[in-house]
Amino acid sequence: MSAIEPISQAAPQQQGAEPLVQVRGLVKHFPLTRGILLQRKVGAVQAVDGVNFDVMRGETLGIVGETGCGKSTTARLIMRLLEPTAGEIRFEGEDITKLKGSRLKATRREMQMIFQDPYSSLNPRKTVGATIAQPFAIHGLLKDKGERKRAVQELLETVGLSPEHYNRYPHEFSGGQRQRIGVARALAVKPKLLIADEPVSALDVSIQAQVLNLLREMQRELGLTLVFIAHDLSVVRHMCDRVAVMYLGRIVEIGPGDALYDYPRHPYTGALLSAVPIADPTLRADDRHLLTGDVPSPANPPKACRFHTRCPKAQELCSQEDPPLEDKGTPSGAQAGTEAACHFPLSREEVAEIGVRSVR
Amino acid sequence: MSEPLLRVEDLHVEFPTEDGVVHAVDGISYEVERGQTLGIVGESGSGKTVSSLTTLGLTRTQGARVSGRILFEGKDLVALPDAELRAIRGNEIAMVFQDPLSSLHPFFKVGSQLIEAVRAHQDVSKAAARARAIELLGLVGIPDPEKRVDHYPHEFSGGMRQRAMIGMALANEPKLLIADEPTTALDVTVQAQILALLERLQRELGMAIVIITHDLGVVAEMANEIAVMYAGRIVETASAEEIFAGPEHPYTWGLLKSIPRLKGRRDEALTPILGTPPSLIRRPSGCHFHPRCPYAQPDHARIDPQLQPVAGESEHHVACLLESQLRRRLWAELQQGATPEQAREALGLPPPPEQFERVASVAAGAAQGSGGTVGPAPEIGL
Repeated sequence: MSAIEPISQAAPQQQGAEPLVQVRGLVKHFPLTRGILLQRKVGAVQAVDGVNFDVMRGETLGIVGETGCGKSTTARLIMRLLEPTAGEIRFEGEDITKLKGSRLKATRREMQMIFQDPYSSLNPRKTVGATIAQPFAIHGLLKDKGERKRAVQELLETVGLSPEHYNRYPHEFSGGQRQRIGVARALAVKPKLLIADEPVSALDVSIQAQVLNLLREMQRELGLTLVFIAHDLSVVRHMCDRVAVMYLGRIVEIGPGDALYDYPRHPYTGALLSAVPIADPTLRADDRHLLTGDVPSPANPPKACRFHTRCPKAQELCSQEDPPLEDKGTPSGAQAGTEAACHFPLSREEVAEIGVRSVR
Repeated sequence: MSEPLLRVEDLHVEFPTEDGVVHAVDGISYEVERGQTLGIVGESGSGKTVSSLTTLGLTRTQGARVSGRILFEGKDLVALPDAELRAIRGNEIAMVFQDPLSSLHPFFKVGSQLIEAVRAHQDVSKAAARARAIELLGLVGIPDPEKRVDHYPHEFSGGMRQRAMIGMALANEPKLLIADEPTTALDVTVQAQILALLERLQRELGMAIVIITHDLGVVAEMANEIAVMYAGRIVETASAEEIFAGPEHPYTWGLLKSIPRLKGRRDEALTPILGTPPSLIRRPSGCHFHPRCPYAQPDHARIDPQLQPVAGESEHHVACLLESQLRRRLWAELQQGATPEQAREALGLPPPPEQFERVASVAAGAAQGSGGTVGPAPEIGL
């Protein structure tokens, strides 16, 4: 096993914490072709374009960003559901991008995924019992029928469903219950890494809280490492130790959740935070700093800093030189700050003005 | 006091189905003043969308049984013949739907769909309608409207489609705009743009807005008045400030306590509402919320609460069987960070009878239990 260069990334604080997943220079381009028989490549959608981060054992890393920023693609790359164009993904120190066959299968057992839509991620023709037992069949575990059934029923209980639901079909369950089935299926093979891709976006608020609480409980009890992908910033704040903000295939800011929410340094993070409606009419913001326009096409992203076309602070340098992701410091210097990829990070005054509500 | 723009009185909407009658809206009343914004909040299946579709007569073709009155400038929309209603719909009352992709026709240019909306109610030439369409696209902040008017919906991004839909709704300068989850399918940054746009247009055109959403943040930004719906009923209604500062209904508490916040302590556990929303075919007896309510008492399964004014606040109404002093003290405990169980214990309130929870899970759908505690199984025809 060759050594891999550590990156600081706003220092995962716990001393001695070791990374479970290390992602280096990850790139995924989807080719754009023209023609039917003779397909010519005319360009590429740069879904993920040079992403570096670590996921520490036992932590929850949140990934946020707008539609099309590459957060789901990143998740699928880690799972090897997509083949990366370039870059390295190390799981427990081993590069998994080249794995094939039985080695890949063995690695996949260590990581499981929960999907956004609890309606389409369960096979409607399979009973819940069969769905949750599927990972056992795939990995050749618990060959004894009775044992398998007992394991499934235990899982159902763990996620707050009744063991009698074993023989029922997905359509008999509500959205929140289906998402619990998805969690049970993911936990069946006792993975080390759980990737949740927008796990509560399709659920009602009251149900959303049930599923979030379940995920936190599971993580505590089973010592899981969680990668939590969502577009809802308040949900991510609630769930995650560290948060990465993505924009057009790149990480623009990454750091401890508290630092990122209290003192964002990247103008994009600031804009995202100020756009969240706050459930308190007394805090109604009249003159919020709204981003104008839409996210540029990832097939033809802006040069240099990709945010410069929409950035309120952009200057000439931003369209010429790509800013590196680096520590930008904190106002007090006391706690660990975030790393941001920006030439002109937000100042303390700007953070206050943008209306990012400080923790009181 | 002048007549409100829209007054809904004791509206019932029922859909007969093979499984039984769906009581989608069950006797709701509300008013919308000119130039004001009413927010209707509730989970899926609480009847919030059906009530506004009925305002526009859009449930007529679905075999809905409607009773009650919907008075728009004194005219009862429930009793209005189709032709007369058509003259109001899209003209004086307009609607924006949740999913902008499926509400625009993919075969027609955005411009021609806007022109159609204009010409449906105004006797103008095609050229004049086109000019109006361009003006509307500009009004809702679509860059380069002269060019964009000839584009197809697929060439627009999600945010731009929703802007185009809002432009279409504004074509005839409506007095009332009904926005049904207008930002749910959008990213936060685009959501903020659309909300700001709606507020600006409301200021400029003086229209009233009914905004329907499940997002408490959105209503907190937008609404003057808020109505909270549960299982086809309004369970609480008050000014926006009042709903967030002094909510009275346990369901409203549940909603407020189950959303993660951007401020405050991060590790604070969320308090979800137990169970799932009830079936609108077989609704729980008594207070519809009692199977999920952590403060329910034995007679709450029997007595049906009515919307009553809250003591000392003329505009605040709540339908809850708990005694009002007790409610205040419970909310005070919850504010201090107590869980519903702790709040109950602190005030010496006995826990809900055990059979309540079973009813909750049965009513939630076939998945839970064998359904012994509810009425006879519905007959299912082939």
